[in-house]
Amino acid sequence: MDEAITLSVRDLSTSFFSEKGEVKAVDHVSFDVPHGSIVGLVGESGCGKSMTARSVMKLLKYPGKIVGGEILLEGRDLVPLSERDMSLIRGEEIAMIFQEPMTSLNPVTPVGKQVQEAILQHRKISREEAKKNVLHMLETVGISEPEKRYRCYPHELSGGLRQRVMIAMAMICRPKLLIADEPTTALDVTVEAQILELLRELRDTIGTSIILISHNLGVIAQLCDYVYVMYAGQVVEHAPVLELFDHPSHPYTQGLMDSVRSLRRGDERLSTIPGTVPNLLRLPQGCRFAPRCPMAREDCRSCPPELSPVGDRHLARCPYAGR
Amino acid sequence: MEKKILLSARGLSKDFPVSGKRRLQALSQVDLDIYQGETLALVGESGCGKSTLGRTLIRLIPATSGSISFEGQDISSMSEKEFRPLRSKMQIIFQDPYASLDPRMTVRDIIAEPLETHRVCASAQETTERVKELMKAAGLPAEYLYRYPHQFSGGQRQRIGIARAIALKPRLIICDEPVSALDVSVQNQILNLLKDLQAEFGLTYLFISHDLSVVRFLSDRTCVMFLGKLCEVGSTSELYEKPLHPYTRFLLGAIPGIDPRARGEKRPLLQGELPSPIDPPPGCRFHTRCPYATERCRREEPRLRDVGGRQVACHRWEEI
Repeated sequence: MDEAITLSVRDLSTSFFSEKGEVKAVDHVSFDVPHGSIVGLVGESGCGKSMTARSVMKLLKYPGKIVGGEILLEGRDLVPLSERDMSLIRGEEIAMIFQEPMTSLNPVTPVGKQVQEAILQHRKISREEAKKNVLHMLETVGISEPEKRYRCYPHELSGGLRQRVMIAMAMICRPKLLIADEPTTALDVTVEAQILELLRELRDTIGTSIILISHNLGVIAQLCDYVYVMYAGQVVEHAPVLELFDHPSHPYTQGLMDSVRSLRRGDERLSTIPGTVPNLLRLPQGCRFAPRCPMAREDCRSCPPELSPVGDRHLARCPYAGR
Repeated sequence: MEKKILLSARGLSKDFPVSGKRRLQALSQVDLDIYQGETLALVGESGCGKSTLGRTLIRLIPATSGSISFEGQDISSMSEKEFRPLRSKMQIIFQDPYASLDPRMTVRDIIAEPLETHRVCASAQETTERVKELMKAAGLPAEYLYRYPHQFSGGQRQRIGIARAIALKPRLIICDEPVSALDVSVQNQILNLLKDLQAEFGLTYLFISHDLSVVRFLSDRTCVMFLGKLCEVGSTSELYEKPLHPYTRFLLGAIPGIDPRARGEKRPLLQGELPSPIDPPPGCRFHTRCPYATERCRREEPRLRDVGGRQVACHRWEEI
């Protein structure tokens, strides 16, 4: 099967250099986003999923730095590109939406104007034509009365509408890739359902590939075609969505699934993963999950495991993973 | 089974002044009973007034009107001085364990503060011993006694908040989104802890959450709030099994399922946005978003009525 790949990330490493040492926020991460697919990155806080996204956008703040690997957007490596070249790609070919739409919008500019700026940045078109485009995009993302909303300031809109504006801004140039970083985490559950539906529609109608970052397995299950599970800066398991939910193989993935499923069932006693996520400055020697793993053996603590196949298009970073 | 009421509110309303002469109605005529030893969940979307209700019930903020009684005493009409001895019986745990702990205090001092304020222990040494016991109950190693909040993870910080809340042996604890800021794996640890402590100390919880899956594990009964009003109250298992109010149905239906196979199924999506509590719609407050709304719903406000051991505020609950 030969799929067209929109984005291929190879061995990406991103570090932060602090006084206390090098923090490997993203450690040799590889993943592919096939054309028109929704790929999920799931994990708990500090696992490196957001830093992976920021690295792809090259939006890392000092002292963060990409220290290795390739980010291939339709075959073109973004890592060596200058900031100037990158700014032509951002918004035009890759766009990103964030968790908190209020802090990503300019509070003193009407939202329609902000979406308009996004298109004028990349297209040589008249203001009238840009505005027409904006109104159409506002409608596409499900904003009723676009003429009226065009003139609204961010604070006049609800959280759900603000996120729709962010999505309109991200989609206005019809990018090849949309990175959605916890797009519904700050929203109420009824609004979350609407936004997830919208993302799916945009993929279906415009054909944009999507990277969906979430800590919520429910959101991942609803939307993704393929899933990467991250822990302490590494990918620990990846598989097509059905395969992953049917046969979670890494003990961490199993622990996460058990936690959520036991909560949903309303068990008398909830499943948990003991302990907490390790400090990236003091990572365990061997497997990073070993200190919390119920199956850990002696060699797990000394020898870091590699990603290895456990099924069809299914890999896990655990020698004892499996069926 | 005779259940004893611990706290009861009647006609509780709370307004906040906003710009101009307008008022924001955060709570409107809420009647609520909390039984001894139970966990009552309070669910609803942001802005529905659930946190305001939690705080008003224990007088952290004054009610605009209505009455509250605690263990049979009317606490809403008491002076601050009369109320003070009762304050130790009602505690609160907050959502954000990063913001609710003083960064300059050690864990020992944070947990000891309520003990010292209420002069529970005779000496500083006794206080420290008591703090150690509380830390143990909350699952914190005693050697962390002299550490500062920033040295702990989110889950551990929430444990500090819990140790502090149980320090004065309260009867009632308001848990205001206590696990919303935590990762899933840690969230379950805290929920298990809350359940253990309830059994051990005979606590009553009002558990406020926007996350309906969290509520199911812990609560005996659930109240659903919409725009400052209760729209459904009932036993958690019945309410999840067969929600009566259309809003409850949408709320439960919107939880993203964790079975990727089921995603082809069309879920009922709630249309529109939350109306403003400054200018709530007339009639049923939910009618602007409700697909079943009729002329009557737009005109006449439904009361919370008893229906077979549950309560629901909807004109059409039987038909839909």
